[in-house]
Amino acid sequence: MKKRWYDYLWIFSLTYLILGFFNILSAWLGLICFFVPLIISLTKGTKGYCNRYCGRGQLFGLLGGRFGLSRKKDIPGWMKHKWFRYGFLIFFFVMFFLMLWNTYLVFSGIQNLQQVVTLLWTFKVPWQWAYHGTLFHAGTAQFAFGFYSVMLTSTVLGLLTMILFKPRSWCVYCPMGTMTQLICKAKSQH
Amino acid sequence: MTSIQKKRKAFVEASYCVACGCCVKVCPLGAIQIIDGITAQVSMEKCVGCGKCAKECPASVIEIREAEA
Repeated sequence: MKKRWYDYLWIFSLTYLILGFFNILSAWLGLICFFVPLIISLTKGTKGYCNRYCGRGQLFGLLGGRFGLSRKKDIPGWMKHKWFRYGFLIFFFVMFFLMLWNTYLVFSGIQNLQQVVTLLWTFKVPWQWAYHGTLFHAGTAQFAFGFYSVMLTSTVLGLLTMILFKPRSWCVYCPMGTMTQLICKAKSQH
Repeated sequence: MTSIQKKRKAFVEASYCVACGCCVKVCPLGAIQIIDGITAQVSMEKCVGCGKCAKECPASVIEIREAEA
């Protein structure tokens, strides 16, 4: 099958993850992966982002497929159950708003900037080497640390399920995928 | 006289489909479409039951079974 330009978006995803090791402010670019799928589902009523443009999915597909880093076993039944998918989406939302709250606290001067990346919502990994100051408020850096934590955590989870199950197992419980599918369902009913 | 011909086709368990589109990408005949971002749908005319989609599906919700043609 002929490759198209969007089949190479995994390069963007990989570059994003690497950039975060050098300059945390690059984490802001990740907002593209949040807004584009939502805009596509809201305007076109499709999961065009998942279907074509998701670089993260392509990266898992490549590592688990061509590089053979996946056992290629079936995902457990409970992981594809809608209650797990919706539950994970809600959990992700709550964690996301907590991250925004922490950003607000830094913006309002109540809390100091924490130069850490929180992995799996628990482990605080020192990340000060990737911060070289900002022209803007320290809060913009706090958001970057928080957002990169979200992106790295989901990558780690995605890699784990890629190894254990099928390459793109992350797609089954990806909160963005669940959310855009819900939007599409709501849109098709109207 | 009518003879019932059975052919192998892909069937999607729509209630569990996440509409990720992995199956669409691997289908050599372009027989699968994602309908309205909700679920994958297999064209019974085009599908030859090769099973590539079933192997690829991250949720393993595609099954290859015999269908009456």
